[in-house]
Amino acid sequence: MTGEAVSNGLKKRIIKEIKVNLDKCIGCRACEMACSGFHAEPKFSSTNPARSRIRVIVEDRKDVYLPIRAGDYSSAECAGRNTYTINGKDYSQCSFCTVSCPSRDLFKEPDSDLPLKCDMCESVPPLAEPMCVQVCCCDALTYVEREEVVDVKEVRRDEIDLGLESLISKHGIEKVAKIVAQIARTSKG
Amino acid sequence: MRYAETGFDLEIDLSRGSIERVATDPKLTALYLGGQGTAAKILWDRVPPEIDPLDPENLLIFSTGLLHSTPVPGANRTSVDTFSPQTGRYSHSLFGGFFGPEMKYAGYDKFIFRGKADDLVYLWINNDKVEIRDATHLRGKGAQETALILKEEVGDDNAQVASIGLAGENRVYMASIEHANSSASRGVGVIMGDKRIKAIVVRGTKDVYIAQPTELAEISIPMYKEMYDNKDCGDSMAHGEGDEFHVDNFAWGNARTRRNQFFTKEMEEEWISLEDKLRMRWTGCHNCPKDCHQAINYPGRMPYFQKCYSKLTYAMGSFGDLDFDYNIIGITQEYGMDAYSTPQTIAFAIELYEAGILTDKDLPDFPGADGETVEGYNINTSRFFYLVEKIARREGIGDVLANGIYAAARQIGNGAEEYDHNTIKKFEQVPIKLGYVNYPYFLMYATGEKMNITQIEGSYPQAPIVDKKEREEFVKNWDAAPERFKKWFMEWEPRTNVSLEAAVHICDWNEAMHYIDDAIGTCAFLSSFRGQFGGRPPYHIYNMPDFITRASGIELDSDELWEVARRNRNLVRALNIRRGLRRADERPPEDHWQKREPENEQKLLDMYYEFKGWNNDGIPTRETLDKLGLNYVSKDFIQRGILE
Repeated sequence: MTGEAVSNGLKKRIIKEIKVNLDKCIGCRACEMACSGFHAEPKFSSTNPARSRIRVIVEDRKDVYLPIRAGDYSSAECAGRNTYTINGKDYSQCSFCTVSCPSRDLFKEPDSDLPLKCDMCESVPPLAEPMCVQVCCCDALTYVEREEVVDVKEVRRDEIDLGLESLISKHGIEKVAKIVAQIARTSKG
Repeated sequence: MRYAETGFDLEIDLSRGSIERVATDPKLTALYLGGQGTAAKILWDRVPPEIDPLDPENLLIFSTGLLHSTPVPGANRTSVDTFSPQTGRYSHSLFGGFFGPEMKYAGYDKFIFRGKADDLVYLWINNDKVEIRDATHLRGKGAQETALILKEEVGDDNAQVASIGLAGENRVYMASIEHANSSASRGVGVIMGDKRIKAIVVRGTKDVYIAQPTELAEISIPMYKEMYDNKDCGDSMAHGEGDEFHVDNFAWGNARTRRNQFFTKEMEEEWISLEDKLRMRWTGCHNCPKDCHQAINYPGRMPYFQKCYSKLTYAMGSFGDLDFDYNIIGITQEYGMDAYSTPQTIAFAIELYEAGILTDKDLPDFPGADGETVEGYNINTSRFFYLVEKIARREGIGDVLANGIYAAARQIGNGAEEYDHNTIKKFEQVPIKLGYVNYPYFLMYATGEKMNITQIEGSYPQAPIVDKKEREEFVKNWDAAPERFKKWFMEWEPRTNVSLEAAVHICDWNEAMHYIDDAIGTCAFLSSFRGQFGGRPPYHIYNMPDFITRASGIELDSDELWEVARRNRNLVRALNIRRGLRRADERPPEDHWQKREPENEQKLLDMYYEFKGWNNDGIPTRETLDKLGLNYVSKDFIQRGILE
């Protein structure tokens, strides 16, 4: 994300946004394919929808087709949930929820259970559009950028933060710190 | 490390209740690529001709294509291969959707079923965890109803389900296997039912590896848009194109009556408005930008997915209308019945009734039996509902009709054989009755082993372009075609046959493309079936090798890819030869064309067999087989006395 100074404490930045049009989704899941390929190491060396940071929730007999992107991790489940009826179709709150949480297996690395989060395919050189948008020909996903003035104090949280947080909540900070220290020592040697 | 494929098959013996994960030989992938190709090899090795299709020793194989689960768009067709009790021969069908890719993500290239369970079971395949579970609580449940129940039962909405309905449970020969927006037919559903498999539920969260990652992405990512923008691929017929052609040119009833100029502007408008009313959405298959399937919500029916030509088959079989078709598919898809064979079989039965061969004794309470008519009401539609129930339940005459038209005609006797006029090799064909024999089509109908013309035709256009300039333009942009076809196309005058030589090559090219698709899993609507309309299929013999090599690491060029098609084609041929297929069987229906050329037709067969390296009886020669690396086939043929 790029930003420039506006005035003390505030700055402009570009907000990258993916618009989702549920009426246009054909349920092909190309977005999952492209996302998991792009985030493989090396890029496109493997595919696996379970590792995708975008998933299409499909209930085909109810005509529910809902692409959602992975957001933040939460260690807690929601206390209560809503069901939304939109145009006569029922959607559970989870269908719209981007959070990687204990109540479902979405947005977790299948091997480690660590949370996944959409990074809008930030890379060097930058992509014109995130991969999922690039392969979504029916325009269920479209990409927009807009400017917003934000407080500079806001800290960006990336995958390492999220991963570590989740490890800490699972195993406790002491254990994680100990292991990190251990790894630091061995890799130096 | 294996690329594109997982390198493992799942072997399930339902009699013993055993489950094994078996490593496969990468050399076989190099030879047959996968899908139908490797499945044919397994059937050859393990199901000798002495095994009756309904014997527990028959295998039912679900195969992924080599390119499933790779970034290559539109590779998602799962191949189902077995032997069919209707024909006594090789049976093969493909279905789209999401099943094959999920199989691979679960870690398997194939599911191979052997034996029979004592009662209905379902498979729950969750990565490495595989269970055979009781399914008696699903007895009589619809195919999609079953899928919904099972997703809940295993607690995973992301699982993919392939299931049978009542027809498969009752071993109806035209039973289909239903999955999401797709289905497999032509003799595979009956075997799933015979093995007592109500459903297969699969869920996978493993990686599939790519041999040349950036190189594959580089050619795959632009394909989405290319395919999306290309109006000559995908199922344009589902989108209404060709309705007029089918209505006016295909035969109604028991493949009898052409209703020329029946389709009118008013009809078209009525149809479009009905479809717009019933359609919930257009949908696609795994990793493909084309929206070929419409989700239909017909009042009082389970929502279902209408595909392709099925929207016309029941209407035309009954002389009914579109509304009736959409209504009855709501029933037949839940029962799991093929939309090609079922309406024809029913139309055949109605003809027999009208001819007095089937009577009120055979058809108790048959609608319209008393001769009463209601103005503006087509009694056949009620008869269709009646007979669907009888067939799906194998009740009364339904037990006979459920064996397909060929066998039913002979069981009924009393002249019924005369009414079986649209089968080839004991299998119902698309209801087309035309004027003058068409050489390439004669060959495709006669020699095709995929049983339905749509699975054989498709690369070479069905008709020449009248305008010379337009024709030149077409040929100039015809990247998919080998040079020789461009010359023949330029020389092709409207309303004339192509030369015998050209016909042989056209048949060969058309079927070769299907054999490639069905090994690598790409959809025929993106290649083998669609080139004939517009000449711009996204995938063709010249660009496919790159996709295959970059995904799987298997190095091959266009010639070598064609060689694989030839190998698979000969192996499939061999499966049927070993079960008795000979030249005498290779006959399109007598009335398929009004005007025939018996001498030239036999000459075509001679030339085609020679071109293929088959002997005069249609049997691949030892030289042909050995050159393709099918020495084990020639050895077997010699041992059995099929070849000298």
